Amino acid sequence: MAEKTINVTLKVWRQPARGAQGRFETYQAKRIPTDASFLEMLDIVNNGLERNNQDPIAFDHDCREGICGSCGAVVNGRPHGPRRATTLCQLHMREFKDGDTIVIEPWRANGFPVIKDLIVDRAAFDRIIQTGGFISVRTGQAPEAHSTPVPLKNAEEAMDAAECIGCGACVAACPNASASLFTAAKIAQLCKLPQGHPERTRRVLHMVRTMDKEGFGSCSKQYECEAACPKEIKVSNITVMNREYLRALLKADA
Amino acid sequence: MLDARIPDGPIAEKWGRHKFNLKLVNPANKRKYHIIVVGTGLAGASAAASLSEMGYRVSSFFIHDSPRRAHSIAAQGGINAAKNYQNDGDSVYRLFYDTVKGGDFRAREANVHRLAELSVNIIDQCVAQGVPFAREYGGYLANRSFGGAQVARTFYARGQTGQQLLLGAYGALMKEAARGSVKLYPRREMLDLIVVDNRATGITCRNLLTGDIEAHTADAVVLATGGYGNVYYLSTNAKASNVTATWRAHKRGAFFANPCYTQIHPTCIPVHGDYQSKLTLMSESLRNDGRIWVPRKKDDKRSPDQIPESDRYYYLEEKYPSFGNLVPRDVASRNAKAVCDEGSGVGSTGMAVYLDFRDAIQRDGKAAIEARYGNLFEMYERITAQNPYTVPMMIYPAIHYTMGGLWVDYNLMSNLPGLHVLGEANFSDHGANRLGASALMQGLADGYFVIPITIGDFLARSGPSKVKPDHPAVQDAARETRERTDRLVGLKGKRTVDEFHRELGQILWDKCGMARTAAGLKDALARIPELREQFWQEVNVVGSPGSLNQVLERAGRVADYLEFAELLCTDALHREESCGGHFREEYQTPEGEAQRNDEAFCYAAAWEFQGVGAAPVLHKEPLEFHEVHLTQRSYK
Repeated sequence: MAEKTINVTLKVWRQPARGAQGRFETYQAKRIPTDASFLEMLDIVNNGLERNNQDPIAFDHDCREGICGSCGAVVNGRPHGPRRATTLCQLHMREFKDGDTIVIEPWRANGFPVIKDLIVDRAAFDRIIQTGGFISVRTGQAPEAHSTPVPLKNAEEAMDAAECIGCGACVAACPNASASLFTAAKIAQLCKLPQGHPERTRRVLHMVRTMDKEGFGSCSKQYECEAACPKEIKVSNITVMNREYLRALLKADA
Repeated sequence: MLDARIPDGPIAEKWGRHKFNLKLVNPANKRKYHIIVVGTGLAGASAAASLSEMGYRVSSFFIHDSPRRAHSIAAQGGINAAKNYQNDGDSVYRLFYDTVKGGDFRAREANVHRLAELSVNIIDQCVAQGVPFAREYGGYLANRSFGGAQVARTFYARGQTGQQLLLGAYGALMKEAARGSVKLYPRREMLDLIVVDNRATGITCRNLLTGDIEAHTADAVVLATGGYGNVYYLSTNAKASNVTATWRAHKRGAFFANPCYTQIHPTCIPVHGDYQSKLTLMSESLRNDGRIWVPRKKDDKRSPDQIPESDRYYYLEEKYPSFGNLVPRDVASRNAKAVCDEGSGVGSTGMAVYLDFRDAIQRDGKAAIEARYGNLFEMYERITAQNPYTVPMMIYPAIHYTMGGLWVDYNLMSNLPGLHVLGEANFSDHGANRLGASALMQGLADGYFVIPITIGDFLARSGPSKVKPDHPAVQDAARETRERTDRLVGLKGKRTVDEFHRELGQILWDKCGMARTAAGLKDALARIPELREQFWQEVNVVGSPGSLNQVLERAGRVADYLEFAELLCTDALHREESCGGHFREEYQTPEGEAQRNDEAFCYAAAWEFQGVGAAPVLHKEPLEFHEVHLTQRSYK
């Protein structure tokens, strides 16, 4: 079947290792089918590099369905590229024109050191979750699920926040490299549910403290995070986090 | 030799009695035991967290940067539980019955009943963890019917149920990691199982960032490393999902059971080009409202909206009036293949069928359909650039799940003492076909509620392992792993790793896919060793072993697929019957349905490794059905 193809020029950040000097390399990506995904375009380029015994471009990826949160790169200055509410793996080459130059960089943030090429270390997100992003119920302790009804509105709002895939685009988009949207999404999810209430004070204090300690900046309300988020997590979650934080500071048992 | 250790007594009392008969580890002694858990999907994360909560010391190994990225995250549709919240006649026994029948009578009754019993506890646990399941206005949990069930027992969180369940288990794991009771080993790929004196006592793995080969010892090893669907290259699995951990354990003596039971999911986005890296599943919940059809006339090139009702062939509704579009996955997939093979398929390749929401939108309104499937419709449009609200979706079956896996007994322990296998990586609960919304149920049942209890029996009986990291067997395993890795990196041929993987995948899809024949399987069995030979001569593995090297990672996995594929086809050739996802064209009813041979094949086939290229030895575990009568499955 005849398929539409385009030729594009890539300028890709290549960095051999953590802390090493990096630079942009230029590659010609030829005859790329417009139905290919952005990562499939990188696969095609990498297969060419492998055939020439060159080190392929390293990038994190896994599900290629927009849910695992592994992939991500800044494409022409925008995390996950030009299409709204789309992870890099779900971006398709039909978004680009023949002859385009595409600049591809890793997330850049103090909290996310570059490991190689487009791969960054996002372990700080796990450490934020470790300080409170859960409900402390041991296996076997749970009561019957219907013993606590949850109003539909709360359940829906909790689900809206819970959709976060932990990709880090919010940090990459923020001029302060703040992790506020990521952290707030988990805090908001759990405080909307009655099951999350017993630990809410401790949770917000610990998670916010860890976020600061990991080298992420503060939120200065630029809203770039929401614009970049592939799951459209709302900045209103940050308002919830700030309210929870204030509430926690005022409580004596903190 | 193959003792499944199924407890005595009536089916509903087996698990309860068994728990009482198991030996326990004293709470104060649990700290003395170290357990390795490989994988952090639903089974692995829930097991690691639960074992740690009980007091065991746990090490958790995973290939991703974070445990939250395991492929369970991609499950869309839902999780079954016999809560009977809809008052529609559901029960533990009905879920058990449906699952045994859905598995085409090739699963173990006792395991399936336990699974159905535990399903209700899973929902309680997940709600308590803050999993935001769908709810009704009154605040109570919502259910839908799913994948061939005639009751509404499926719990869901929009189209992201796997994600939300995994984030619940991940949260529990993070809680235990913060306590220091679980040690996390990110970006590690297990490359070998260490076995000393017929006991699994550790693993070797590669640190994917530094390239270091590490050996870790423990008192027991738990594998929760998922399925092997990616042996077909194109599947709905995530790119990193692989067979390596279970295959290497098999090479160390663990039996591999029923590898030919592979599930082909009926509703995936069709293949569209040779650059394609994976296939995308569209949740089968879409079949609740979408109607599947092809044009009645072959080569009808009219656009679907120009084809009148009389020229549309709603083949599932016509052939299976009582289940219609909701027949189980194997039946739906096989029928899609049949109509396409007859020349009625649609789309540019002719290898697709329509999934049409026109009538549902007319009946319920666009808003209602959007509320139910909005995110799935968006995903479809993003990939295909077509709007499913106005143009019918095109779908085709794709490899999705593998029911086969390492053989385990009722305690989820393999034939190798100390090696436990959970979730998709084992073989036990789904028989020859898995029903929708049952994989999440099994992963969490195994991890939260089975292994935390049964592993204690092994530890209490066997005591601590005496194998320490300086044991010669540990050193040998690490050295062998290093040598194999070095050998792969030394391959500087002309062909890429992906080329070999695609070629292998094409052989398997053609010869060991939705329909299989003895002649085709024999052909595959002749070609796979040749391809494996070529791989070790001609593949080009760029880069060095001592750093992050994604080509090397893929090469190791493809090398294992090239060995495993032979076992897959051997099993498919030996099973001279059709059952569930294993359809042998020679064995079908006059209506074209799967024809089992219960006289000769009512057993689980557990294969013992004899060497690469050598014929494996077959061990049979007879399957006994005391509750559910063996019948021809019918969804008419």
